[in-house]
Amino acid sequence: MSRRVRMILLVVGLLGAVTVLAVGVSGLPAFGGHHHPYRDLAVAASLRHATANVVSAVNFDQRALDTFGEETILVASVAGVAALLRPVRRERRRRRPDVPVMDSTRLLTAVFFPVTLLIGIDVMAHGAITPGGGFQGGVVLATGIHLLYVGGRYRLLERMRPLPLFEITEAAGLVIFIAIGAAGLAVAGHVFTNILPQGQLGRLISSGTVVLLSGAVGMAVVSSVVILLAGFLDQALALEEVPDTDQDSDGAEEAAR
Amino acid sequence: MIIVITVLLTVVLIGAAVVVFTRRPARQAVTLGSYGVLLSVLFVAVQAPDVALSQLAVGTAVVPLMVMLAVRKISALRRSGREDR
Repeated sequence: MSRRVRMILLVVGLLGAVTVLAVGVSGLPAFGGHHHPYRDLAVAASLRHATANVVSAVNFDQRALDTFGEETILVASVAGVAALLRPVRRERRRRRPDVPVMDSTRLLTAVFFPVTLLIGIDVMAHGAITPGGGFQGGVVLATGIHLLYVGGRYRLLERMRPLPLFEITEAAGLVIFIAIGAAGLAVAGHVFTNILPQGQLGRLISSGTVVLLSGAVGMAVVSSVVILLAGFLDQALALEEVPDTDQDSDGAEEAAR
Repeated sequence: MIIVITVLLTVVLIGAAVVVFTRRPARQAVTLGSYGVLLSVLFVAVQAPDVALSQLAVGTAVVPLMVMLAVRKISALRRSGREDR
């Protein structure tokens, strides 16, 4: 495709996008007003299923299929990054010398490691009641584990996150999500129908499948972020480039000359 | 409320400019993390705590960490390349 054709395509595309955006935005209710048709529908639907956190109700109940798509994108992209970051033939593992870490950093890590893990579990478990949910709690948990690296305990971090296990739980999170969706299809005739008893609004065990779907997403997200960061840490800390093996033969040739 | 949102939007705009005009990637990871905190404060102000939590966790912790590790790997590669020559 020549440069000219590409520019024409770009201009046509930009004009189309701007037109659609302008039409869409002009039809929106004004910022900060009192007229919210979407809110009225979403809040009512979420209260019908005893889900106090409306955002979770939207994510895991009213449009769970979209969330399934998002989760799949995350897992697929992590698989792609893991493939890119795998050790190649010209890299070898080196023994990492332990880097001295300041005592204050060590202390802060010791204090914040358990606190962060607790916050992560809390955010994940209460996803249906308070702000948060599987995704947010999962990221907090996965980052919390990596505080060990900040505190200079890289060996302990490696022992705390057995990667083969996390590869299984990543896939299991996705499979559980699909299974709950399929159960809705089997029982009620629609994918991701909220088939479980929803209980009382505001209780920890309420909202039916929302809690379970949120937990499944959390499982996949914790595993994905851990695998992702493990790949980056491995590349940055443990792997080093081996000088080309061809160089030896080159040197021999030069010596022969 | 509208004043708070206006002020926060301005601060976020300035923060974004600072991130864009920071040239060295290692420093940019730090400014990006601070910008993420500003952004999550804005999200709390417009009553979106769920989004604020996501932004805080991903934007201020995971992404800067990945950038820092990538920078470290690249500088290690450059160093070993120089030694070879």
